[in-house]
Amino acid sequence: MAPKLPPQHPLQHSSTAVAGSQSQEGHAHHAPPKGILRWLLTTNHKEIGSLYLIFSLTMFFVGGIFALVVRAELFQPGLQLVEPEFFNQMTTMHGLIMVFAAVMPAFTGLANWMIPLQIGAPDMALPRLNNFSFWLLPVAFALLLSTLLMPGGGPNFGWTFYAPLSTTYAPASTTFFILALHIAGISSILGAINIIATILNMRAPGMRMMDMPLFVWTWLITAFLLIAVMPVLAGVITMMLMDINFGTSFFDAAGGGDPVLFQHLFWFFGHPEVYIMILPAFGIVSAIIPTFARKPLFGYASMVYATAAIALLSFLVWAHHMFIVGLPLTAELFFMYSTMLIAVPTGVKVFNWVTTLFRGSISFEPPMLFALAFVVLFTIGGFSGLMLAIAPADFQYHDTYFVVAHFHYVLVPGAIFAIMAGVYYWLPKWTGHYPNERLAQCHFWCSIIGVNLTFFPMHFAGLAGMPRRIPDYALQFADFNLLSSIGAFFFGASQLLFVLVVVLCVRGGQKAPAKAWEGAVDLEWSVPSPAPLHTFDTPPVFHRAQTHD
Amino acid sequence: MAIEGYQEAGVRKTVVRSVAALVGMFAFAFALVPLYDVFCKVTGLNGKVDTTAQAIVHEEVDQSRFVTMQFITRGSAGLPWQMSVETRQMRVHPGQTAEVDFTFTNNSAVESWGRAVPSVSPSSATTHLRKVSCFCFQEQQLQGDERLTIPLVFQLARDLPEEINTITLVYTLYPVQRIALQTDQNNNSAGDNI
Amino acid sequence: MHLPWRWLLTMSSVASISQVQASSWNMPVGVTDVSRDIFGLHMTIFWVCVVIGVVVFGVMFYSLFRYRHSKGAKAARFHEHTSVEVLWTAIPILILVGMAVPATATLKNMYDASEADLDIMITGQQWRWRYEYLGEDVAFTSNLSTSREQIRGEEERSEHYLLDVDEPLVLPINRKVRFLMTSDDVIHSWWVPELAVKQDTIPGFINENWVQINEPGIYRGQCAELCGVNHGFMPIVVHAMEEAEFETWLEERKAAAEQEAMGVDREWAMEELMARGETVYQSICSSCHQSEGQGAPPAFPALAGNEQLINDLDWHLGRVINGVSGAAMPAFRSTLNPVEIAAVVTYTRNAWGNDTGDIVQPAAVAERIAQ
Repeated sequence: MAPKLPPQHPLQHSSTAVAGSQSQEGHAHHAPPKGILRWLLTTNHKEIGSLYLIFSLTMFFVGGIFALVVRAELFQPGLQLVEPEFFNQMTTMHGLIMVFAAVMPAFTGLANWMIPLQIGAPDMALPRLNNFSFWLLPVAFALLLSTLLMPGGGPNFGWTFYAPLSTTYAPASTTFFILALHIAGISSILGAINIIATILNMRAPGMRMMDMPLFVWTWLITAFLLIAVMPVLAGVITMMLMDINFGTSFFDAAGGGDPVLFQHLFWFFGHPEVYIMILPAFGIVSAIIPTFARKPLFGYASMVYATAAIALLSFLVWAHHMFIVGLPLTAELFFMYSTMLIAVPTGVKVFNWVTTLFRGSISFEPPMLFALAFVVLFTIGGFSGLMLAIAPADFQYHDTYFVVAHFHYVLVPGAIFAIMAGVYYWLPKWTGHYPNERLAQCHFWCSIIGVNLTFFPMHFAGLAGMPRRIPDYALQFADFNLLSSIGAFFFGASQLLFVLVVVLCVRGGQKAPAKAWEGAVDLEWSVPSPAPLHTFDTPPVFHRAQTHD
Repeated sequence: MAIEGYQEAGVRKTVVRSVAALVGMFAFAFALVPLYDVFCKVTGLNGKVDTTAQAIVHEEVDQSRFVTMQFITRGSAGLPWQMSVETRQMRVHPGQTAEVDFTFTNNSAVESWGRAVPSVSPSSATTHLRKVSCFCFQEQQLQGDERLTIPLVFQLARDLPEEINTITLVYTLYPVQRIALQTDQNNNSAGDNI
Repeated sequence: MHLPWRWLLTMSSVASISQVQASSWNMPVGVTDVSRDIFGLHMTIFWVCVVIGVVVFGVMFYSLFRYRHSKGAKAARFHEHTSVEVLWTAIPILILVGMAVPATATLKNMYDASEADLDIMITGQQWRWRYEYLGEDVAFTSNLSTSREQIRGEEERSEHYLLDVDEPLVLPINRKVRFLMTSDDVIHSWWVPELAVKQDTIPGFINENWVQINEPGIYRGQCAELCGVNHGFMPIVVHAMEEAEFETWLEERKAAAEQEAMGVDREWAMEELMARGETVYQSICSSCHQSEGQGAPPAFPALAGNEQLINDLDWHLGRVINGVSGAAMPAFRSTLNPVEIAAVVTYTRNAWGNDTGDIVQPAAVAERIAQ
């Protein structure tokens, strides 16, 4: 695809260009670099979006393989395949990779591709920063993965890395783990700044905030969450670094510190983090369901307010991860109430999606299949979340497989299905071809079976008393684990179908027009399919009636 | 650059504000460390008692009820000391001031330093336990084979809630990281060659 | 406030028990009033979720079927309806308030550890539990007793695979027992599902908790906070018995402890120390240092053929008695008595080809600990 040269811009030598603005002038006079250099240096939001997505898909498989090591060991009681020490490294790395290298970059990739297209902007506000933000990720995760090969092994203290297991009793590689997390955190923060700057300043003339597609809204709010909490994570891991290497005692009772402080700080980041991982999913589903129901999204305004409410409330619920730590009664009650409250705006969103379907005209293309599955299965994850919010009951659920079931339901058939739905939805725009419908349907049904077979039994394993993060278990948990392990391998294998669909789609397939889906209404569907490298060099005229009011 | 001229100022403003916010949040994370302590001290919410001496308040002793004070001492790895208390249990009236002796023994032949870290349960009792004089306020040093008896003087506040009738005070003895050269062997981490 | 809600929860849990009979699929009702209350809350919120799910998914699947584009459905254009939106915000809030009331009552009850009849100090260690009956001078550690062979699949697995210990925590029924919980190293968590007691054990801090068991029996649980390599191998067994039986047990334990204390003063022969030492080693030390003393370096040093150990008795004894700060090696003077320490050190110094010929007498250990 030969890149189109942009028109000469009168303000090309603006003061925002820093030293090294060669690329600006070069862009106008030379062809852009080819091959590896093209991808290393690109500042184009579409190319960077693709880089994020490819990176994320790769890391999804890496994290998935770690999960399969775990599930293989848990297939039967007894220790057959790996030592407990390595098992702990696998569970830890599975969590870290999936959260920081698969889910978050996937949403960032979708943001990069789609936000400028949806608001009628030619690119992101800070394209070179955008490039830098992406390339930090392979560095960060090469470093993180390399810790598995270091003496003493990689991080083995769970993705939540509680002190003092992660400080005083941690393997030598922990300092590298901290560095990797810092680098990934910087990437997220810079990306968030870019997204906010783009959304607030570069919308097409005439597009008010309440005209923006919900995917843009949810990403705007997510970006604010990122700016608020990633620095807190940076602070916590810096404190860890200091405790490990510089003799401080933030989290060490011996020096006057407190291990519980670690948990407060971590979850102050950690809870908004899980909303960071789901809000963009809400945005994607809010685009897909109206498209394939051929009906406007029900309650656009309340969707925006609900998302904002969820984001605000997410700062007030963190200690529901700590109900059994010995919190004082007042605190315990406060966090129980606030956690129960956050179910309300979330429920409102689900009701809005269902009401969008009601009296629509519904078809079941692959994006819709995944979006519908999201609504059902994410809601089930939400139900187990509500159960967990009941603090006295949580004493029996905490640190069992019931929690594992909950968060995997909201993250796998939740976030991941939404990402896949978004990919299927926007592939025609990116490639100019429809994804192969038969294969995509096969991927869908296999994923549904796989995801439920893997994670539904975990509810029962947890209720029956199985704790988390154990490599071997008592006999009464055997049947549940057997099913989960079979499901996991089945689900893992099914994802290869997704890769196949994507690869085939990039290379060919049924041609897609600009408006690839009959019911699609947002701005991205007004540019050709595939979208040219440069779009909206001239801002479009935005008509409110195009979308919703 | 993709930005139009009129958008440039807006972008710059957004970036500056975002960077200010994130620097602020980073500082907030560190500020939370002392804030957590302050919050806990003011509310007594995590059983962490004051690490500075408090004055005895002249208040009437509530003779109508007793509170059982339990004292528990614990050692820890790497410090060859013994810590014991003259009495494991003591009955005290709210408002009353009392004194309990704790004995520290260094079982090794070399000098070392230790610190007793307190913890109180239930945590709601913490604000009502005033420590007038406590060995836990500073590090203790013992010469080889030395034995030291230090009192804990405390006052139980008169306004201790009715529901609380047992208060447990636990001291965990930890080695202090400053170590004389000769004791270095005892404090190697497991990763070193032994 | 407490009573009516308890009635409601008991009713719903009774109704639920009869319907959700397969107890291996559900949380146990348990043997305490608190566990019963929690079960009731659990089943109540569960049914609330089921009802909401049926309604929401019902409307959804109805819509997916009835309004199919392939069957010529024409889409409506409505996209808001204020009164419905207000209703479906208000109703969930009311349901949640309804749930919050009994939950608050139960939580307040769980937090009230006052007026207990017995105090037990529970200490989490890597990777075992230590129980101390405060004021009774009875204390012991509780170690996993499932054999390595069973774990590796070389032997058939017993019914209570991974849930068996050498010394259970023995408690009286019908008495309020207060737990004081802490840890010697990292955060562990003491959990017995049938008692509905779970609490993190935080190093340097104590938490308190309580239980009053209504029925005698054996109740099993596990550590519920990742605490290192053997997190899955430090179970909890509680043996609850009638009060009279408990008193008898306690007396017997005290007598046994006294016997052991008397054994400190006499001279022990090599064979006795080796035999005792091997038992202690296998139950306490082998989880880290392995059954043949080979260890798992760098985290757990090898003891077999260990030069420094062989050449320096004093240093060896010091390591066992005082532990190593900032590493997984605990100070065993607070876990093992002088007889056990003398035996295990003697054993280690002579087993696996170490063959130092050294004998460590309990009296020497006792002097070093200087009680």
